[in-house]
Amino acid sequence: MSMVYDEYGRPFIILKEQQAKNRVKGLEAQKSNILAAKSVSSVLRTSLGPKGMDKMLVDPDGDVTITNDGATILERMEVQHQVAKLLVELSQSQDNEIGDGTTGVVVLAGALLAQAEKLLDRGIHPVRVAEGYEAACKVALDTLGKIGDTVEFTKDNTEPLVTTAETTLNSKIINVNRRKMAEIAVNAVLSVADLDRKDVNFDMIKMEGKPGGRLEDTELVQGIVLDKEMSHPQMSKTIKDVKCALLTCPFEPPKPKTKHKLDITSKEAYDKLYEHEQAYFTKMIQQVKDSGANLVICQWGFDDEANHLLLQNKLPAIRWVGGVELELIAIATGARIIPRFSELSADKLGSCGQVREIAFGTTKEKMVVIEDCKNSSAVTCVVRGGNKMIVDEAKRSLHDAMCVVRNLVKDNRVVYGGGSAEIACSMAVSKHADSVMGTDQYAIRAFADALDDIPLALAENCGLSPIEELANVKSKQLAENNPFLGVDCNQSGTNNMKEQGVFETLIGKQQQLLLATQVVKMVLKIDDVISMGQYQ
Amino acid sequence: MEQAYMEQGTQMDKGDNARMSSFVGAIAIADLVKTTLGPKGMDKILQRVSQQDQSISVTNDGATILKAVNIDNPAAKVLVDIAKVQDDEVGDGTTSVAVFCGELLREAEKLIAQRIHPQTICKGWRLARDAARKALEEHARDNAANEEKFRDDLFNIARTTLSSKLLTHDKDYFSNLAVDAVMRLKKSGNLDYIQIIKKAGGQLRDSYLESGFIMDKKIGIGQPKRIENARILIANTSMDTDKIKIYGSRVRVDAMSKVAEIEEAEKDKMRGKCKKIIDHGINVFVNRQLIYNFPEQIFAEAGIMSIEHADFDGVEHLAAVTGGEVASTFDHPELVDLGKCDLIEEVMIGEDKVIRFSGCASGEACTIVLRGASNHLLDEAERSLHDALCVLTQTVKETRTICGGGCTEVLMAQAVDNEAPSIPGKKALAMEAFARALRQMPTIVADNGGYDSAELVTQLRAAHAAGNDSYGLDMYNGKIGCMDELGVRESFKSKLQVLLSASEAAEMILRVDDIIKCAPRQREGH
Repeated sequence: MSMVYDEYGRPFIILKEQQAKNRVKGLEAQKSNILAAKSVSSVLRTSLGPKGMDKMLVDPDGDVTITNDGATILERMEVQHQVAKLLVELSQSQDNEIGDGTTGVVVLAGALLAQAEKLLDRGIHPVRVAEGYEAACKVALDTLGKIGDTVEFTKDNTEPLVTTAETTLNSKIINVNRRKMAEIAVNAVLSVADLDRKDVNFDMIKMEGKPGGRLEDTELVQGIVLDKEMSHPQMSKTIKDVKCALLTCPFEPPKPKTKHKLDITSKEAYDKLYEHEQAYFTKMIQQVKDSGANLVICQWGFDDEANHLLLQNKLPAIRWVGGVELELIAIATGARIIPRFSELSADKLGSCGQVREIAFGTTKEKMVVIEDCKNSSAVTCVVRGGNKMIVDEAKRSLHDAMCVVRNLVKDNRVVYGGGSAEIACSMAVSKHADSVMGTDQYAIRAFADALDDIPLALAENCGLSPIEELANVKSKQLAENNPFLGVDCNQSGTNNMKEQGVFETLIGKQQQLLLATQVVKMVLKIDDVISMGQYQ
Repeated sequence: MEQAYMEQGTQMDKGDNARMSSFVGAIAIADLVKTTLGPKGMDKILQRVSQQDQSISVTNDGATILKAVNIDNPAAKVLVDIAKVQDDEVGDGTTSVAVFCGELLREAEKLIAQRIHPQTICKGWRLARDAARKALEEHARDNAANEEKFRDDLFNIARTTLSSKLLTHDKDYFSNLAVDAVMRLKKSGNLDYIQIIKKAGGQLRDSYLESGFIMDKKIGIGQPKRIENARILIANTSMDTDKIKIYGSRVRVDAMSKVAEIEEAEKDKMRGKCKKIIDHGINVFVNRQLIYNFPEQIFAEAGIMSIEHADFDGVEHLAAVTGGEVASTFDHPELVDLGKCDLIEEVMIGEDKVIRFSGCASGEACTIVLRGASNHLLDEAERSLHDALCVLTQTVKETRTICGGGCTEVLMAQAVDNEAPSIPGKKALAMEAFARALRQMPTIVADNGGYDSAELVTQLRAAHAAGNDSYGLDMYNGKIGCMDELGVRESFKSKLQVLLSASEAAEMILRVDDIIKCAPRQREGH
């Protein structure tokens, strides 16, 4: 109770404004937190696996998103409950770190909490549960390391990468063209990857979506695609051997930051001002021309007069190019971004083989493609599809696939999917449990049960009978001592995930276990929730 | 309890409820536009709801209808979106794509009621779609090599597109018009060169194709009304007093005489500008912005025709057509490309004066002048003609064509049906459903024509089974007939796009098992 009485029996208030505050304590707090977390994870549960379903999200403005990506669903769901928010962040951190397995991590956390709830009911202290989970997690991670396999790939043999990317894409709507999409993802990553340093710079991969056409029209462009057009309709649409100037200053008379006023009091002054103004434009264009540029890419807009002068001087220009895109072009073409006209010089120009403008469909939608860049590694995925939602979802899915490929480039160890890794871990953990003294044993065993939940959910989503399937696979794994056996989601006739070619990255899976355990520990340790009242 | 963790006002539909709401929404949208399908389809009146503007438009164009409808159902929005994309991409088949998607979902609803998992249905649909696509590609015909035949194809496509629209009575006339216009473009397919001008009055048949460019503007007062061998300067510049563009400057004077001086300076500046323009050696000046009286008078004195306030599109068209550039500075006459054409004159269309540029440098340009009894009629005629032009330009690029009149749908359905028995498992049921949905398309067309659809479609199916794979619905006689003889053709690209994007969208809707609706944003002042 937050109200106590002093020695004279007068009420003594510790926490102010009792009515406005919401407070839950002790076991009740843990229970309500677990319930909230479980509800969130139950939303995602049906999205897990190759046969997982999608969610349709309507945002406050009525726009529709259809997606299968755990992080996206949670982000757009507008979750309010504090602990539920933790899960949202959990999937986001998985997204940032690994880029894939965002659904799995939430489902696992939900399962861990559900198991913890049972233990709490039996009177085990939350901290003991948390510690047990911690120990179990360590065992599971070791097991993952043991059953992990390495895939060898080179720039010429990308097959293992493509297969892994395919596994990721399997659960998405674009799985009709998963082979093609996976190849796009792999090629994109490999063209920017530095295999010696095992580093992938994602900034060099750009995604552009354009509704229309078909999913299989999606392509990888070796270069940069800008969703812009030339500033003047009559500028040339194709430029060869481009020298481009990247400007972050507008083609307009400068606006000094100091507040000033210029008073014109006579005819002479007026005339002079006019001349001065004209001189500005000619000077700006002259400077660009003198530097030897034949393409101007500008972050800001142009004045009509400047625009025409550019045309007249045969200087094609693109205006209103965003800062991020400008930087990307700078990296790709080896240009320096120029903040002032006075700093324009030939050595700051970027170069590339060709720039061209392309048009789509019957409307006048245009895009500018910058190709054959000096630093040829920048690539753009142009995603096409029947409608806006598909294009958006395809973009998200491709991003996931690329993340997975990147992770493989960084660390080429994999585990097998289809729940096989979880089952193997679960068996190892429960074996370990028997050797542990004290109440921790229960917690460790609960962890093993929670791990089983992933293959269960997979089987459930595939329309198999979950418990039967899990029991089969488990006994098979034990009998054959083969950790590659998992749930046969695609009904292809074999449980061996190695044969089916269902890979997941080892770091992805490890991260899932680590993050989920961490969050669960955190939730368990909360025994008092005080929410501030609304500001009046 | 379920929703305690969500933001207030958030709605969540799960499982069957979510699916139900998607089906209901999507099917409702499909039913809405269903009656406009086919040559005997009906039109819709759209009336705006806002207090100030209650204008109406009458249309048969699926995309136009769908864009105008206010929708709250997320699945319905997907349908609207695919219709829009179809409109942008091909320009025609907007109704078909929405209706086909709706029919697919209607079939899916039945399958779900039989406890077949949505993912299984998707799988079956994909197999079916591939089979259908193969059949479509096999039956496509490419006449690009033979110019005469290709023209016939284009003509037939235009006729088929127009037959479902308002222009159906004069479809031969308009088809010729559209084909002529597109053929002028040669292969460039740039619709910018075709301009459509609407003038109320007269009848639809009075519409004509004008070679050259027509601008619905007036020539300045006291200036020549007819100019031969015109040299045109096309500009985008302000012809009132120029703003001073240097930041922070303002005029401040201390005596009336100074005001007069400045005014004089302003005038001088404008006079200088006009002189520079005249020095280009031009006899026609077209500006995107207004031309004030003062410069207009200067031009009149110099014997130059000036046209003011030609809107942005007009200026761009004119620039493209006459080969001039859009200029904004006038210091270097030698660098500016002037537009050229043989003759500029003021002509009358109905009661209105317009300016005609004929004999332009680029022979691709032409203008279609539409005449008609009312503005609504003209708007709809423009939309229909635009559809036809879009399809034609797309066909010029992708030259394959296929039979219309429900022929291809039945053909694809047959291909899917042939494939289905060889597929084991529940997927086959989904494939059959796909075929049924395909066959629904001619059924709806026949229904809209008031014919016995069941009878006709089964006859059609029998004809196809007997090997007459060019048979389709003859909507004028209410029987089936050979589409080749009747000349009902459609563009391959349009049909393929309908097939793919409708099934893609249907699949997308079907895969959803949760709908989470955030609380609508509170807007101020409503």
